Amino acid sequence: MQTLYFAVALFLLLNLSIGMWRIFRGPTDIDRMLASQLFGTTAVAILLLLAAFTEASALRDIALVFALLAAVTAVAFVRRDTQPKQNHAD
Amino acid sequence: MLIDIVAGLLILSGALFFAAGTLGLLRFPDVYTRLHALTKADNLGLGMVVLGLMLQAESLAAAGKLLLIWILVLLAGASVAQLIARRAYQKGIKPWKS
Repeated sequence: MQTLYFAVALFLLLNLSIGMWRIFRGPTDIDRMLASQLFGTTAVAILLLLAAFTEASALRDIALVFALLAAVTAVAFVRRDTQPKQNHAD
Repeated sequence: MLIDIVAGLLILSGALFFAAGTLGLLRFPDVYTRLHALTKADNLGLGMVVLGLMLQAESLAAAGKLLLIWILVLLAGASVAQLIARRAYQKGIKPWKS
């Protein structure tokens, strides 16, 4: 089982680096944000697999924080350019 | 023994969904279709991996925490997909037509 955990974690990491291409290409910033959302979820999966692999259960808490932060990031991204202009003036 | 095989299969199918999500993110033509590919990877990919790991978890509390992480990602993914799609539509990005 341990080998499988590690192999799948490596595979997901490979997935991430291929997904980097979308961040590079764009074309809009929304596409880049989508790629970084995928990174967030994949990071959660990798951390959970590593928690099982190394039997360090603290990694599960880190995965929980990653899941939370990914959601906050996306909401901040959507809010960023929907705010009225005068808020940025001063 | 059987539980190991089931867990292994679940984790592998989760990895398959992640691969499909990444492929969709790279190959699909516009924001909305890419969003569709992304949410599949979020919900099913992570879901399968979590289910597989839950079978192997050392205690009920650990399995419960894994389940909670998945539910959090489900809820966040659903609302974020809605927000991003609305934002893209407001920005005037036209949905792709063949």
